[in-house]
Amino acid sequence: MGATNWGFKKSLWVFHLNAGACNNCDIEVLDCLCPKYDVERFGIKLVGSVKHADVLLVSGSCPRKVVPQLKETYEMAPKPCAVVAIGGCACTGGIFKDGYNFAGPVDKHIPVNAYVPGCPPRPEAIIDGIVKLIGKL
Amino acid sequence: MASTLSMVLYFLIFPGLLFTAAVGLLTTWVDRKVSARVQWRVGPPWYQPFADVLKLLGKEIVIPEGARHTGFLLAPVAGLAAVGVVSTILWLANMRGTGFVGDLIGVIYLLTIPSLGMIIGASASSNPLSSIGASREMKLILAYELPFVIAIFTAVTKISPMTLRIDSILEYQAANGVLLGNASCIIAFIVCILCAQAKLTYPPFDIPEAETELMDGTHMEYSGPALAVVKITQAMMLFTLPVFFITLFWGGLVLTGWGILYTIIKYVIIVTIIVLIKNTNPRVRIDQAVRFFWGPVTVLAIVGMILAIVGF
Repeated sequence: MGATNWGFKKSLWVFHLNAGACNNCDIEVLDCLCPKYDVERFGIKLVGSVKHADVLLVSGSCPRKVVPQLKETYEMAPKPCAVVAIGGCACTGGIFKDGYNFAGPVDKHIPVNAYVPGCPPRPEAIIDGIVKLIGKL
Repeated sequence: MASTLSMVLYFLIFPGLLFTAAVGLLTTWVDRKVSARVQWRVGPPWYQPFADVLKLLGKEIVIPEGARHTGFLLAPVAGLAAVGVVSTILWLANMRGTGFVGDLIGVIYLLTIPSLGMIIGASASSNPLSSIGASREMKLILAYELPFVIAIFTAVTKISPMTLRIDSILEYQAANGVLLGNASCIIAFIVCILCAQAKLTYPPFDIPEAETELMDGTHMEYSGPALAVVKITQAMMLFTLPVFFITLFWGGLVLTGWGILYTIIKYVIIVTIIVLIKNTNPRVRIDQAVRFFWGPVTVLAIVGMILAIVGF
């Protein structure tokens, strides 16, 4: 399993799941792929289908309507699959924690491997979180 | 018996599956690196495609509910085998001058098998977006096959005893200079490059696997080792098509002395042209693609054919 584990660390394909986010974190995620930060240097790229994903990037406060889709998407992703919660809302609930439709942060529903807080987190913070995630794998 | 064994080894190891897959994956790195430089980025390290494939081999295969298991899982393997056979035929014709009557027809036929395999696999996956991708792939095949075949038969028309053997085309070029020296074959070569873009489903003709609208379309439902087979097949196509064009129009692969360097330069030039077209063009709609291939490209291919018959 050594070779496949090495491959896993060197090529993380990211599927981006917006669980009720305000789009701010999503824009910061796209910033990471742009020339200034260029995470493709580490083999990270965005994929269109969750069946290709190694990392599920969840952003947003996770309102009640999204919970079934969140769980279903996590079950669809082929394992091993890591989950990263991006932004204050996905980590703790942020300013929505007392909202009437707030259904708990992401880790209440699916296991989360790394948290990147911030509103929105800077691309440097996201890269730092990914580095820590790779160290943990 | 010994010759059977050596043929099996030819297919499995040196010019066939293993060698083609390794060089093809290295070529996809060239593709990604050139794309990154065009976009002012740094790009991935050279071992990136190999890491991708190793990782995919270690993941689980998710088969969607309601899918046809045999069709879903065997279709990419059929494509992989077909590209391996094409590569073996081309390299044996180049290295040892072996061939058989009609191997050109066989190559044209086998080069469509990966696309057909993707259609079968996508249809078997019971996913509506994959079905849309499969129907688009079908239309794309209907669109590009006509100018592609006309362009290839331009080369056949140009050589003096007209044959359908790849090794005869190579012998003619060795005796009389490369076919790219003729106006008709330059036109046919341009048509072939445009069709290669559609065969590889690269932009501007990545309509079947449009990432933003169909979420990778035809191979949306593949995961784990099955996705690795799909990716390796694409990489092998990226290696085999330029080799095919070099063999037909550009004097073939010379594998002695300075010829090796010359061959690599020819190959990298064709790959770079394909990658630059990929990076500088947006995706077109399927009706625009069909109109493009049946309109201007077919007219261009027929003009090349007429020039070849007249003698240019």
